[in-house]
Amino acid sequence: MDIKKSGIETETKATQEKQELVCIRCPIGCRITVESNPDRTLHITGNTCGRGAEYAEKELTDPTRIVTSTVRVRNGNQPVVSVKTKEDIPKGKIMECMEAIRGVELEAPVHIGDVALADVAGTGVDMVVTKDVGLVTA
Amino acid sequence: MKKRVDILIVGGGPAGLAAAVAAKEAGIRSENILLVERDGELGGILNQCIHNGFGLHTFKEELTGPEYAARYEGKVYDAEIPYLLNTIVVDIRMEKEAEEKESGAMESAPAETGEKNKDGNDSCVNKMKYVTAMNKSEGLLTVEAKAVVLAMGCRERSRGALNIPGYRPAGIYSAGTAQRYVNIEGRMPGREVVILGSGDIGLIMARRMTLEGAKVKLVAELLPYSGGLKRNIVQCLDDFSIPLKLSHTIIDIDGKERVKGVTVAQVDENRRPIAGTEEYISCDTLLLSCGLIPENELSAGLGVTLNPVTSGPVVNESLETDVEGVFACGNVLHVHDLVDYVSEEAENAGRNAAAYIMRGRSEKEMTGSSSGQVIEIKADKGVRYTVPSLLRQKYVQEEQVIRFRVGDAYRDAVLAVYFNDTPVMRINKRAMVPGEMEQVKLKKSKLKDYPELREIRIAIE
Repeated sequence: MDIKKSGIETETKATQEKQELVCIRCPIGCRITVESNPDRTLHITGNTCGRGAEYAEKELTDPTRIVTSTVRVRNGNQPVVSVKTKEDIPKGKIMECMEAIRGVELEAPVHIGDVALADVAGTGVDMVVTKDVGLVTA
Repeated sequence: MKKRVDILIVGGGPAGLAAAVAAKEAGIRSENILLVERDGELGGILNQCIHNGFGLHTFKEELTGPEYAARYEGKVYDAEIPYLLNTIVVDIRMEKEAEEKESGAMESAPAETGEKNKDGNDSCVNKMKYVTAMNKSEGLLTVEAKAVVLAMGCRERSRGALNIPGYRPAGIYSAGTAQRYVNIEGRMPGREVVILGSGDIGLIMARRMTLEGAKVKLVAELLPYSGGLKRNIVQCLDDFSIPLKLSHTIIDIDGKERVKGVTVAQVDENRRPIAGTEEYISCDTLLLSCGLIPENELSAGLGVTLNPVTSGPVVNESLETDVEGVFACGNVLHVHDLVDYVSEEAENAGRNAAAYIMRGRSEKEMTGSSSGQVIEIKADKGVRYTVPSLLRQKYVQEEQVIRFRVGDAYRDAVLAVYFNDTPVMRINKRAMVPGEMEQVKLKKSKLKDYPELREIRIAIE
């Protein structure tokens, strides 16, 4: 099962050891190796272009993701509405973010851009609605 | 209800929406367009694709599926294009088709109309298409349309088509069905999940189920490579330590009432399970993400020729099928991995349908002589198919886009384009994979340099 160290854990280990990752910037999918030098700079090998180095550095020093999910809607024409973090949040906060929105219930109608939960999991980023949901029609 | 329109579009997903808007922008009046959607809302499958990553090409920003759909829905509302919801098209028929069929004259029909045109008869009338649809409030309705845009999308390969033995317990879903349950209906299909197939929907659902508290134990892929986008492998599987086993398949499903587990085995190069590699994995849910098939029952019923490789219609440069005035775009034509390309292709189809109506032609031009030279595009070594597969020189676009997929994973290969047997283009490709659609762009001016051009060949070398 442990094919590869979990991405979520890499954050804390990034500065300590050799890391391998697959670049996702284009279909080549370079296998990039990143070693941290004693002066805390990164030694990146295996990439074939600058975008690979940029990706590797971001993934190892500050990996972030947009989180998308759903929250309940009361009196809506569908029971849940899709939401997303308005910006990317630290990768390590994904599960906390999911936990935070679990209890959220909105009142229909809701519109794209409405804030479902402000400052989700202390990230300073709002969770916003990504779909219009109207009132249920009797 | 009986109605006459210029353009009828079958399907209100991303392809249908973009085609409708483009037809209007090309000069067809809104009231002469009709969009028919079988679901209760527009947007199609994008409504359940709540993840981000849509629209990078079109809008230069990363949107979620519903947001991307809303942009195009907004354009349809602004253009006041009429649409029907909860309405399913059950049949499309050509004018006079019945007689032609009876006399077995389908093959000779093109020649017949061609001759008519030479005589100058009938040359300014679009052949009408009769579209039969039904819904709850109006029952059966027939719409006459001068042009039809097929935008029905695709559906998932089912368990039946995969021949997995075992009982039929609850807990087996296609990845897309599970996606609908979770993202639209707010229900979880299960708690311990195994996914067969590493298509993008399966990968996306592996993450989605994990976020909602399920344990995704394994993604098994029959092929030695994944059919999904690399980005999805990294962000949906690696991020959550979900194992992906390539060259593995499911050989047995355990459980009578509800799935209890599956037996996974490694396969050899002929995709046959290898004895001794079996492994039992307990789970209550099995998701299938084993490929998408364009939904072409309507097209076939109409007599549209389908390409056996894509299961989608054979089309010319205008994305017109071999049934005159019937266009196709989006996943019904060939399965795409990026919605941005669907929109672009559908806009093209919508524009071309509008042009067809404005030309008011009735000639059968797909292979006819009136459209000038017809160039065949041949998918050669390593290239599985091309869309389009025919170019009528007269209608070739300034920059003609040809999209295709390769049959295998290639590294440091050359994409070669031949005009007849002359090499005209050699593009170095660092990597090509079957999961990512490729394209070449041909300039109209370049085609003109080859007056004797009969065949364009695209090959991997």
